[in-house]
Amino acid sequence: MGFVSPGLVLHYALSRPFLDGALMTLLISIAALALGMLVGLAVALAQKLRFLRLAAIFYLWLFRGTPVMFQLIFVFSVLPAFGIVLSGFTCAVLALGLNEGAYMAEIMRSGLEAVGRGPVLAARALGMRENQVMRHVVLPQALRIVVPPIGNQFIGMLKLSALVSVIAVPELLLIAERTASATFRYLEALAAAGIYYLVLTTFFMLVQAVIEWRLSRRRRRIAFPALTQLLLRATADTGRTR
Amino acid sequence: MVVLEARGLKKSFGVLEVLKGVDLTLARGECLVLVGPSGSGKSTLLRCLNLLEAVDSGRILFAGEEITNAGRRAPEIRRRIGMVFQNFELFSHLSALDNIALAPRRVKKEPPARARARAQALLEKVHLPDKADAFPDELSGGQQQRVAIARALAMEPALMLFDEPTSALDPETVGEVLQVMQELSEEGMTSIVVTHEMGFARRAAHRVMFMEAGEAIHEACSADFFGPGVPERVARFLGRIAA
Repeated sequence: MGFVSPGLVLHYALSRPFLDGALMTLLISIAALALGMLVGLAVALAQKLRFLRLAAIFYLWLFRGTPVMFQLIFVFSVLPAFGIVLSGFTCAVLALGLNEGAYMAEIMRSGLEAVGRGPVLAARALGMRENQVMRHVVLPQALRIVVPPIGNQFIGMLKLSALVSVIAVPELLLIAERTASATFRYLEALAAAGIYYLVLTTFFMLVQAVIEWRLSRRRRRIAFPALTQLLLRATADTGRTR
Repeated sequence: MVVLEARGLKKSFGVLEVLKGVDLTLARGECLVLVGPSGSGKSTLLRCLNLLEAVDSGRILFAGEEITNAGRRAPEIRRRIGMVFQNFELFSHLSALDNIALAPRRVKKEPPARARARAQALLEKVHLPDKADAFPDELSGGQQQRVAIARALAMEPALMLFDEPTSALDPETVGEVLQVMQELSEEGMTSIVVTHEMGFARRAAHRVMFMEAGEAIHEACSADFFGPGVPERVARFLGRIAA
């Protein structure tokens, strides 16, 4: 120990298992975020309906009140006892997605509420039906409000997905650990994984910035934000714990 | 020809009775101005007339058709009744042109090119020909309200309702909005206007109705309303507004 081999880091980073691991991390994150957004929107809308409000509150209470690690292990270990056998990947997406939904619901709710009653009344006064009001007025306006927090959630999800190594899904961290314990080159193996995490988070921060910039209504008049600004903003959002 | 007729409209919010049996008749091409102290039920009356609020009792006839309990048909009726709000309520994610073209496209299913061409014509009508691409937060209050008027006109309504259209405006921009409203009235648009702008009422209104505590307590043609011999309560209100 004590000798860092940059060549080995590079070798690990470009090896097939690490590439597959990074892909798995990406896939789990995207799938879990997509599920979380759907669940979050459904819960946000359910909170507005009296007969569904209690179910929504119960869901939020359950998934916010327990650690995501607990939920992950629960889905993986307890569901098979009830005859529900899911692959590790499915378990990971299900647990992370349902957990994400509990936080996404709040983002969606605030987005919907920020649109306010005024434009809704105006749209009704123009003769729009409720589904048209939702589709053409409320959702497009809410979308602009929820894009920044959803981007942050996705960056968080890339990191949170490392947890699924505990249920033996071969994602980036598990690959790094396996490689390290086989060769005892912990520094190199973890460095290779760390590089992937940084590449992924940096890439998606840029994607987020582009989306925000494109959605901003005055993009013709606003310069694209500087990279240092993006990095500052992203590091400011990392203080979340679950 | 009568465009709108309301008989005995009553509306309560909880224990508060906001409308206590209001009658109203509006002929085609007529401009009726509603005045009265705040909380007298003027805005609620407008919202009931285009079915944004349901009345507790009474009848509303629009173009000879009973619309009081339109239920599921309410959106179809609102298409023919334009409404302008105190706070404009433009769609903040759309440009001025798209604000105007949205309802014709989505509700009337007009082809996009036609909807946009009509929207541009309406922008010219409200004296904003070069603001098509501007977003609401790039426009002054007066400009936003004129876009909102154009948006309502885009549905080619038979009746326009104005709910304190200049109350949220800077004094400098009140004039440009009133100007557009007066032009509309002169072109024969049937309208009901809730406003505190007595100058507008004098110039553009055919009739003026005074409301207080949920009741229409005085109604007269514009010349008589501002002439001598009005009820003492109305005179006191007018005196306070002028002061």
